[in-house]
Amino acid sequence: MLRFLLRRVVLVVPTFIGVTLLSFLLIHLVPGDPIEVRFGERGVSPQRLAELRHEAGLDRPLWQQFLAYEGQVATGHLGTSVVTHEPVWSEFVTLFPATVELSVCAILFAILVGLPFGVIAAVRRGSVFDYGLMGLSVTGASMPIFWWGLMMILVFSVALGWTPVSGRISDAYYVAPWTGFMLIDAWFSDDRGAVASALSHLILPTIVLGTIPLATVARMTRSAMLEVLGEDYIRTARAKGLGTLRVVVVHALRNALIPVVTVIGLQVGTLLGGAILTETIFSWPGIGHWLIESIQRRDYPVLQGGTLLVASLVMLVNLGVDLAYGFLNPRIRR
Amino acid sequence: MNHRAIAAVAAAFLALLAAAPASAKTLVYCSEGSPENFNPMINLTNTTFDANLPIYNRLVEFKLGSTELAPGLAESWDVSADAKVFTFHLRKNAKWQSNKYFKPTRGFNADDVLFSFDRQRNESNPYHKVSGGGYDYFGDMGMNDLLDKIEKVDDYTVRITLRRPNTPFLADLAMDFASIQSKEYADTLLKAGKPELIDQEPIGTGPFQLVAYQKDTTIRYKRFDGYWGPPAKLDALVFAITKDPAVRLAKLRAGECQVAVYPSPADLPGIKADPKLQMMSQAGLNIGYLAMNVKKKPFDDVRVRRAINMAIDKKAILDAVYQGAGQPAKNLIPPTLWGYNEKVEDFPYDPAEAKNLLATAGYPNGFETDLWAMPVQRPYNPDARRIAELMQADLAKIGIKAKIVSYEWGEYRKRIQAGEHQMAEFGWTGDNGDPDNFFIPIAGCDAARPGGGNIAKWCNQEFEALVQKAATLPNQADRAKLYEQAQVVMHREAPFFLIAHSIVYMPMTKNVVGYKMSPLGRHQFDDVDLK
Repeated sequence: MLRFLLRRVVLVVPTFIGVTLLSFLLIHLVPGDPIEVRFGERGVSPQRLAELRHEAGLDRPLWQQFLAYEGQVATGHLGTSVVTHEPVWSEFVTLFPATVELSVCAILFAILVGLPFGVIAAVRRGSVFDYGLMGLSVTGASMPIFWWGLMMILVFSVALGWTPVSGRISDAYYVAPWTGFMLIDAWFSDDRGAVASALSHLILPTIVLGTIPLATVARMTRSAMLEVLGEDYIRTARAKGLGTLRVVVVHALRNALIPVVTVIGLQVGTLLGGAILTETIFSWPGIGHWLIESIQRRDYPVLQGGTLLVASLVMLVNLGVDLAYGFLNPRIRR
Repeated sequence: MNHRAIAAVAAAFLALLAAAPASAKTLVYCSEGSPENFNPMINLTNTTFDANLPIYNRLVEFKLGSTELAPGLAESWDVSADAKVFTFHLRKNAKWQSNKYFKPTRGFNADDVLFSFDRQRNESNPYHKVSGGGYDYFGDMGMNDLLDKIEKVDDYTVRITLRRPNTPFLADLAMDFASIQSKEYADTLLKAGKPELIDQEPIGTGPFQLVAYQKDTTIRYKRFDGYWGPPAKLDALVFAITKDPAVRLAKLRAGECQVAVYPSPADLPGIKADPKLQMMSQAGLNIGYLAMNVKKKPFDDVRVRRAINMAIDKKAILDAVYQGAGQPAKNLIPPTLWGYNEKVEDFPYDPAEAKNLLATAGYPNGFETDLWAMPVQRPYNPDARRIAELMQADLAKIGIKAKIVSYEWGEYRKRIQAGEHQMAEFGWTGDNGDPDNFFIPIAGCDAARPGGGNIAKWCNQEFEALVQKAATLPNQADRAKLYEQAQVVMHREAPFFLIAHSIVYMPMTKNVVGYKMSPLGRHQFDDVDLK
């Protein structure tokens, strides 16, 4: 077990360097730099430009910039934003809870809805429900998030007026950020209206961000269930005279869950990617929103640091999933 | 869970949602982005300027909804006959706001004015490097060069001496970079070892003070009761930061904000038809144009430049690209600006005459040229690429083969300013409502040098003499006459094909009253009320 663990951890190092190199290169491939992008029609004199570029260290050769950046990261410094002059880490910490809150809600939504749907589709295989559901899940999985989000806003917020359009809480409430999780902060603000407002703001973004994972979970559950339902022990269980519900939930679902759990674990990357778009549509002040803005402003430190942190997170989760697997299934450890 | 339980939970949830918050008179403004920080001296974006307008004042202010100057922190001022010495008599009743770091012991006075300018021009000022330094607007408006001395005559009198006569200087002082910060606050923070807070937890003398800022979410202000001017009618002002124009509009329609900035042109008809909304509009203080590089053949010939002016169908561009959000331009300055010459007649769209002109200039079969289009949307030009295509088609009709060229924005600007192009689209947004701020940077001789902003590279002595003279006269009526003549010269020499001044729209709910659109593109809520 220890060897397995060590091997997995050691593999993280080259992945990490690869991610920093890739994010660094990609960002520098985009034309324009953070200095020039700030100036409008007036432009900037070549002397002043050179001065500003020098201050930001952008006049050094690319490989030197990269090594300097790696060195900086190795000592735990992600640099400061060239726009706001605030440390990247502190901006990340301020905004990250919003993304986590949204992602957790989205994945819960995907599981709570996707799992039962998948099970029912498998049990009623070939029925109208099954075909309908699978059709819907293909649609869901291939839904462009941007379009989907705007449609939801137009229907539920503008036409029907049921849900708020965007943001995390109504502007009438001011909840001091304490944990950064709006639901928790609102709960402790002693204002019940604030909790309701925060909840209602979560509905649409949760659905939009949860749609793709929902479709994936439903499909995966269905196929895993179908496989398990064909096993001999299920037939035995039925032959014993057990009720359908007991057979399906206790005997079949428990065994079908293993691949489903993997898929849920893999959704972390999808969620963080989807969060970038979802946050943009719903003006959700999380890291997705932040990264998009930093691309437009060519805010290199934020982009590099942000990508790095997100990538580390995905790697961490994957490592966790791998380790949990090794723990659960001894065959993988070898 | 049975059906009844589910229904009960759902009902409770809906009741919770319906619990509307009780609030004072609060206006929510759907703004377009997060400010860089709360210091308008350092930053260059309108987003940051707008976020600071409720907080800070300047010596001189623009009257709400106009480019006219009005007293600000200076109650009055005297200008010497040679337009070099400006004496400001300061307001005695202006108070500073307070926050958890600072309780002012005195009101606004001359020390604050001296500090605010010293911070920007004196490298040894302890605040010069705070928040990254870089006072680009101050530098761009030529302040380092122009300012000779800033002296405190007494606590409520400040005398500013310039190195050369310059009347537009007064308008410069109403610009955002000339906002006044508190010296006492600066000293307090310096002692506490937290100087950077001056630009994050701002203290000003304006009608509102900052309550809280959450990046990418909201900026909250409350009315400042110690404000020297008429008190704001709103109790609170909230900027709800909403990047996407479609979402801003949705929020406006859902009543989540009362004013939304920058609607997308495609949504304009829908907004106009919405009975719940009202929409204000105004010509923007800007100009979009196609510059012809007079340093390059064949555009050194005025006949060719005039031919181009007659060959392009301006109306078609306005209809197809601006879609109602632009008005055709015949002068470099927009008609909202004083000094605008109404009498100048625009070139007619006349391809036949254009072809004749080309023939007399020695190009009966036309010629080949490049035509540069910027890659980004600008306030004065919603789609430069599309405009270039329309121009290309029009030019082809008189035998001119134009090749469209484009680069990334920073690169584009650098190359056209260096003069690499033959024809290029570009434009300008005015800073301070003085015609000088259009003529000198776009068409002045100094700006025609390689790297300068005059991308026609056109330097005409007659025009230059007129605009230079105008900048030194103290009287506005005299200045206006010279600018009118300058526009006649420019029309005759035709270094630009002037496309349009954009029209800026501002949708809001019907219960908003007293909002005035600023020709300077500012968004200000001092006089706004909710019915």
